[in-house]
Amino acid sequence: MTEIEFLLWVRGPAFEGATVIFVLGVAFRLLEILMLGRKANLAEARGSAMLGGLRTIATRSFPDATTHKRSAFTHTVGYIFHIGFFVTLLLFAPHILVVEKAFGVSWPALPTPVVDATAVVTMIALIAVLWHRLKDPVLRFLSNFQDYFAWFLTILPVFTGYIAFHRVGMSPPTLIAIHILSIELLMVVFPFTKLMHAFTLFMARWYNGAIAGYKGVNS
Amino acid sequence: MSGASLERGIHALKEQIDAPTATFFSACVHCGMCAEACLFFTETRDPKYTPIHKLEPLRKVWHQEYTFWGKLGRALGLTRPVTDEELTEWETLVYDSCTMCGRCSMVCPVGNDIAYMIRKLREGMAAAGHAPPGLIGATRRAITIGSPMGVKLPALQAQIRHMEEETGLTIPVDVDGAEYLCLLSSMEIMNFPEYLGAIARIFRQANVSWTLSSEAFEATNSGIQIGVSEIARELVNRIVTAAEKLKVKAVISPECGHAYMAIRWEGPNLIGRPFGFKVVHILEVLDQLRAGGRLRTTGMETQRLTYHDPCQISRRGGVVQQPRNLLNLVAEDFVEMPDTGTMNWCCGAGGGVSSNERADELRLKVFNRKKAQLDAIGAEGLVSACSNCRIHLEDGLEEYHMDIPVLSLTETIAEHLADRESHEGKQE
Repeated sequence: MTEIEFLLWVRGPAFEGATVIFVLGVAFRLLEILMLGRKANLAEARGSAMLGGLRTIATRSFPDATTHKRSAFTHTVGYIFHIGFFVTLLLFAPHILVVEKAFGVSWPALPTPVVDATAVVTMIALIAVLWHRLKDPVLRFLSNFQDYFAWFLTILPVFTGYIAFHRVGMSPPTLIAIHILSIELLMVVFPFTKLMHAFTLFMARWYNGAIAGYKGVNS
Repeated sequence: MSGASLERGIHALKEQIDAPTATFFSACVHCGMCAEACLFFTETRDPKYTPIHKLEPLRKVWHQEYTFWGKLGRALGLTRPVTDEELTEWETLVYDSCTMCGRCSMVCPVGNDIAYMIRKLREGMAAAGHAPPGLIGATRRAITIGSPMGVKLPALQAQIRHMEEETGLTIPVDVDGAEYLCLLSSMEIMNFPEYLGAIARIFRQANVSWTLSSEAFEATNSGIQIGVSEIARELVNRIVTAAEKLKVKAVISPECGHAYMAIRWEGPNLIGRPFGFKVVHILEVLDQLRAGGRLRTTGMETQRLTYHDPCQISRRGGVVQQPRNLLNLVAEDFVEMPDTGTMNWCCGAGGGVSSNERADELRLKVFNRKKAQLDAIGAEGLVSACSNCRIHLEDGLEEYHMDIPVLSLTETIAEHLADRESHEGKQE
């Protein structure tokens, strides 16, 4: 297989396969959760579960002052790497082009040097997150293989994208192929790891807010 | 509790797992922020007290029984099922170092309601025979005697007479068709009978029709603390039967946190049908009377007072503003502690911890958090609305050599009733 054939395979069948696994996997996991159902609440409501749920989806992004103070690092660096990851993913011109080719929709990109710098910040933040996980007694205690694996899967596309853009070490087609492959790896593993939180966090916040809202509490 | 076995425990856990539980476990990213929300961690810095870690047996059962990969792993022998030894190890985490205060549930960035799941895990722990002896004893007394502290009707009757003498009022018992049925906690009957005198005086001034029931006066519910729904159901049923027999419009939950949770929020779900009467907390009733101009007070407390929110009344119960309205009525210098209302720190003895002697040392150690809150504002008096909190607050203050009186909000209001001729006997 030549490197061009490899790139075509990665961009074609491999990407399709990864997409199918990602979409079906996420759908399956969500069904697996929702099929468990929950009992109706027979106590007389004091407030609205629906409104409480929606409120918490929004408010849980902004912790109270004490919580922020107590978990300042987790919170700040967590925000940085999440925003950085999504800026690099969604506002880089070549990425938008991929979406436009596939779905016909597009949006304005950020200037390439800005995205480039964001990628560096994201990687630094992710390395800081790993260092924190290894150093902090609570995080080290809680962490298992999946936590480190999910970290690796997250930084890999940023890193491979960065070296592909700067053409470090290998030929451009190989670099691009490796970059796409790293994303496919992330997509395939995503539904079966804690990366699922990207979807379930909205459900969790809703349930939390709904349980509290029913009782007239803002959670 | 009889016939407990690992098998029954696992079965109970399987029964407890629902869509929210599965969502919460799926969403956890092990960020560790819940640790900093839990006073058992903040005051010990021991990672094992991280709230989400306390749920490990429940998480394992969920993963192995209700996820594809978990089931596959189990079939291939790659994962080990939950063992008896594991539950033994977790017993102290689930019962001694968690008050189900739910502060972690307010902080989790992905939104996990951790306390909701601890409540579920306790169902499995109890069924597997891993509940603490202290709580088992309290629960047994609640079922056989009618009160976790072993209080029987004659003891209540003696306190009724005592309070009738002190207030000069008649305390109504078993009055058909009264508007409210008042419940009490054992601790009120044994340690704080003044609460009974206080409601008698307040209700007389406000002209409220109320009664006690000789058949159901105990509001507390050890069943929900230990995690045995069957028992919790029976205890709730006693109240429901009495309330329906007396045809009251509403039942008043006393100054007790978990009693309110038990009867107001879990009650109808435990018995499987909505109640034919309302359930209100005494603070809700008092605040309604205040708003309706039926609560007339005179004079103000001058010392710096603060309010300790009982977790199950405030954060988990929804009665947050009412105590503040009431305190402002009688306190000149009412100051909030840092982290108050729904973000208040637990006293450290809720959720059955106070009935569990094994946890005594730990609950006093973590009281240091409350001390820091009180020190921050230089409180001269601490008002609360839960007799379990109250006992522990007094214990903790003594342990830390702090000379701060602990007051009941209802009693404080009663002390300031404008209409004082009705309780001349009370004058000090």
